Amino acid sequence: MVTLHINGLEVSAEEGTTLLEASRFYGFPIPTLCHLDGLSPYGACRLCVVEIGQGANAKLVTSCTYPVEEGLQVRTASSRVVKARKMILELFLASCPQSKTIQDLASSYDVRQQRFKQEHDDCILCGRCVRVCEEQMAAKAIGFRSRGEKRSLGTPFDLKSEVCRLCGACMYVCPACQLRCTYTEPDKAICGGCANLSPPCLEKNSFDDMMCYMEPCVACEIKKD
Amino acid sequence: MHPEHIREIIDHHEGGKKAGIISILEDIQAQYSYLPEEALKIVAEKTGRSLVDIYGVATFYKAFSLKPRGKHLISVCLGTACHVRGGPHIAEEFERQLEIKTGETTKDREITLETVNCLGACALGPIVTVDGRYFSNVTSPRVKEIIHKAKAGLDRVDIQTDERIFPVEVACPRCNHSLMDRHHYIDGYPSIRVTVSFGQKHGWVRLSCLYGSFSVDQEYEAPRDTVVNFFCPHCHAELIGASECMTCGAPMVPMLVRGEGGMIQICSRRGCKGHMLDLTGVNL
Ligand code: FES
Ligand code: FES
Repeated sequence: MVTLHINGLEVSAEEGTTLLEASRFYGFPIPTLCHLDGLSPYGACRLCVVEIGQGANAKLVTSCTYPVEEGLQVRTASSRVVKARKMILELFLASCPQSKTIQDLASSYDVRQQRFKQEHDDCILCGRCVRVCEEQMAAKAIGFRSRGEKRSLGTPFDLKSEVCRLCGACMYVCPACQLRCTYTEPDKAICGGCANLSPPCLEKNSFDDMMCYMEPCVACEIKKD
Repeated sequence: MHPEHIREIIDHHEGGKKAGIISILEDIQAQYSYLPEEALKIVAEKTGRSLVDIYGVATFYKAFSLKPRGKHLISVCLGTACHVRGGPHIAEEFERQLEIKTGETTKDREITLETVNCLGACALGPIVTVDGRYFSNVTSPRVKEIIHKAKAGLDRVDIQTDERIFPVEVACPRCNHSLMDRHHYIDGYPSIRVTVSFGQKHGWVRLSCLYGSFSVDQEYEAPRDTVVNFFCPHCHAELIGASECMTCGAPMVPMLVRGEGGMIQICSRRGCKGHMLDLTGVNL
């Protein structure tokens, strides 16, 4: 057992747990986006930042990847932390404004506007889908491609994957695109992307071949220029 | 692309167990100038990793290309130093003259144009490299000449100016019969024709007669690293001497140099570049 202080409260946690787990266990909420119970920590979204250390040595770390340490002083909602989270949320709003998850998080931090160039991406590269596909479905059908600005998610060569079982877990866990398509049989499908009652994918005869959660839906995609 | 060939490359890296994916991909790219889709699938299958991972690596590094590349690669440096010295203008000029965009290949598959960030010779910028050879202080008027040289093949240009590369005429050390083949040219010179055998295969191979050039033309593609036996096509004696390659230890293949006299030795291992010119005992 490791003893540490979270927001001034002395707590103990099992060695190897993360700050996020410990804080949540003791009732200190921390917002997360790329973290998902059951998947390996990834540390991509930075939303879970907390402040550790004292005085000049204080620094921000991602709680989802930082293991508990003996005697650590953790602050989960200091002004510095809140400021950082607000900035991160603004950046998310700038790239993925249509995501309900991001909108909710932003409003809970009272972020009502963002100051960056508005884009309409449908991916924040949090990697949840990649990890769920690999770690829970043991499929490894999708992954990251390229790097930097060009980094994107999808299947190799953008072809229909041979190992994908159309389980839909990737879109289920996606915080940005939200369950777009609800079923893989035409008569049971409801497109959740824009509440469109006659999604164009149904009109195509090759419904089975479509993996609309990997491709932007033709109907609801906001045209990127 | 031959699936067999890709498998050989992977086997060469111990099936990807010890050596990493990157070096396998590098070798494939060196062979085909790009990474064919099929090849990546074979790599995934043989190394037991998923295609997603291989594809991720292949797209992550700029050195890998998934599209066929031209025979020659022109890289224009746009690093900080070259940028302020006018690198972007040079790049534009190349785009205009080659009628392609950066990252593309000309229709005739001759030249691929790319921009890079610093080639490590900042003081001499703007830098342009063609197939790894540097051109310094490049100005727009020189672009045309560089394209011309790239097309002619820098090896050819070098042959005329580099005195370490020169043509030799060789003969069989046993029967003294000339090994030159005047009907087939390699590198613009008559080639050297010998018979080779490896495994179950017997066939001819033509070597460049330029000392220092490794161009070959062969009936059967010998897998990398196989030690090949060389024979004289006239007296059928095996061309084998007492010495071993200083680089890899395989037996050296001796051939008599005509005119000047002396011996030329080349390494018998496919892919090894060990060679030497032995003029001892010759009165120059
Ligand atoms: S939840 Fe910790 S970085 Fe995303
Ligand atoms: S910036 Fe061009 S060589 Fe360094």
